[in-house]
Amino acid sequence: MSGLAIQMAYVVAAALFIFGLKLLGSPASARRGNLLSAVGMLLAVVAALLDQGIVEYQWILLGFAVGGVIGAAAARLVQMTSMPEMVALFNGFGGMASLLVGAAALGTSTATFTLVTIVLSILIGGLTFTGSLVAWGKLSEKIGSGAIMFSGQKIVNSLIVLAILASAVMFCLQPENLNWLFLLIALSLLFGVMAVIPIGGADMPVVISLLNSYSGLAACAAGFAVNNNILIVAGALVGAAGIILTQIMCKAMNRSLSNVLFSGFGSVKTTATVIEGEIKPISSDDAFYVLEAATNVAIIPGYGMAVAQAQHAVKELCELLENNGAEVNFGIHPVAGRMPGHMNVLLAEADVPYDQLLEMDDINPRMENVDVAIVIGANDVVNPAAREVESSPIYGMPVIDVASARTVFVLKRSMASGFAGIENPLFYKDNTRMLFGDAKETINALIREFS
Amino acid sequence: MEPVYLTFILMLSIFVGFELITKVPATLHTPLMSGANAISGVTVVGAISLAGTGQQDLANWLGAAAVALASINVVGGYMVTDRMLAMFKKKGA
Repeated sequence: MSGLAIQMAYVVAAALFIFGLKLLGSPASARRGNLLSAVGMLLAVVAALLDQGIVEYQWILLGFAVGGVIGAAAARLVQMTSMPEMVALFNGFGGMASLLVGAAALGTSTATFTLVTIVLSILIGGLTFTGSLVAWGKLSEKIGSGAIMFSGQKIVNSLIVLAILASAVMFCLQPENLNWLFLLIALSLLFGVMAVIPIGGADMPVVISLLNSYSGLAACAAGFAVNNNILIVAGALVGAAGIILTQIMCKAMNRSLSNVLFSGFGSVKTTATVIEGEIKPISSDDAFYVLEAATNVAIIPGYGMAVAQAQHAVKELCELLENNGAEVNFGIHPVAGRMPGHMNVLLAEADVPYDQLLEMDDINPRMENVDVAIVIGANDVVNPAAREVESSPIYGMPVIDVASARTVFVLKRSMASGFAGIENPLFYKDNTRMLFGDAKETINALIREFS
Repeated sequence: MEPVYLTFILMLSIFVGFELITKVPATLHTPLMSGANAISGVTVVGAISLAGTGQQDLANWLGAAAVALASINVVGGYMVTDRMLAMFKKKGA
């Protein structure tokens, strides 16, 4: 195949990626969009294989076989509740692949521009790889999910950045000395670890989307290094996607990106707020009587629902309520869970129709007409302190206004505070009742009352 | 000239990306992310061209490893996105 035909195939592949992303804009066409994007990828791969420069296929086929089997197995076996971990891990592999491509491109050219792009693909790829591994470890609780801070952290990190700059310059000056390359790789890997360990679990949606963006940028930089248009286009698309999601997540938490990256929630001093009122627990049979009389119910899921794997039970309860004549809606906060849109996926798995899932801005005006708001394992995203208490660390963060519903049921395992580690005045309000216990068991108890 | 031309492509792609992705509703953010992740596996194209040139051993090894890692991304990413999207249903459908 001639060079021109290959380039044309890349152009078509890029168009398919773009069109595929466009179709992802609506749930009805999204599946077709994903398929289209996959066809684009296949086309790009076939075009690359037909390149005249390719003389040895055995290495490529070996790589495909190993990677394809692992990827397919992981995609089939993963539980929907573990999706954040898996996306984090995949991001990391993408970053590592870009690092390797960058490193292997050394020797193809010694032009300064190429060397700079090699540095970039190694740097971004390396930090994406180890950063994603740390995020994966935190999400799957292989390591503590809290923020890891130590004294002198800023100094250590500044030194690493300086060392990266220095070795990058030396690498560009002496590309034939491989020691600079190895030093650069080691430093970029170290930097990824240092960048993610001080970020706590509650900020993971931001971290995951940021790393997603980085994996795109790494592919983009690798594209510059090997002079390949399709890598640049596709990488830039992914980079843009990640940046936008990151921005949405930051807005949903009313924090700036630098705020998330350079300080954990944990470092904010928590002034002891005096909360008036008392906790009022309720039993599931009493809760049932209230629910039976309700005509408008709103369910607000959080990470607790994911942990308890309660989504199927929630769907069953939802159906019973609807059969009983109630209108049921779900209020989804953008940062509920551990990745953007996490709750939507879990509820979709349980067959909850997507037009029943309302975003925060749509459900808040309706809250006054809601008879019962059921909060399932969500803490910070319903915390009225964000509106009322100026000294609260989450003051200013937009929250779902469950307190204006007539009655609020909070499903919770214990009185422990949420991920952000802040007291929640909601639990002490007059119209709030606490349903203690595992979310799945509590909901199943309610379902038994109905039937 | 080449760097300028590549940077031009980069700039246009970023604008297209921003335009497309701001229109994706919150419901689809997780599939968008894993779908985008699959696209970032396009590094496999770069890896292929390096793994098969039959030059030094090191480049071959690095290329093959990159092909493997990127294919995990591509195959796994598209499959899991499809699995997720298959679950999204309209009421009554």
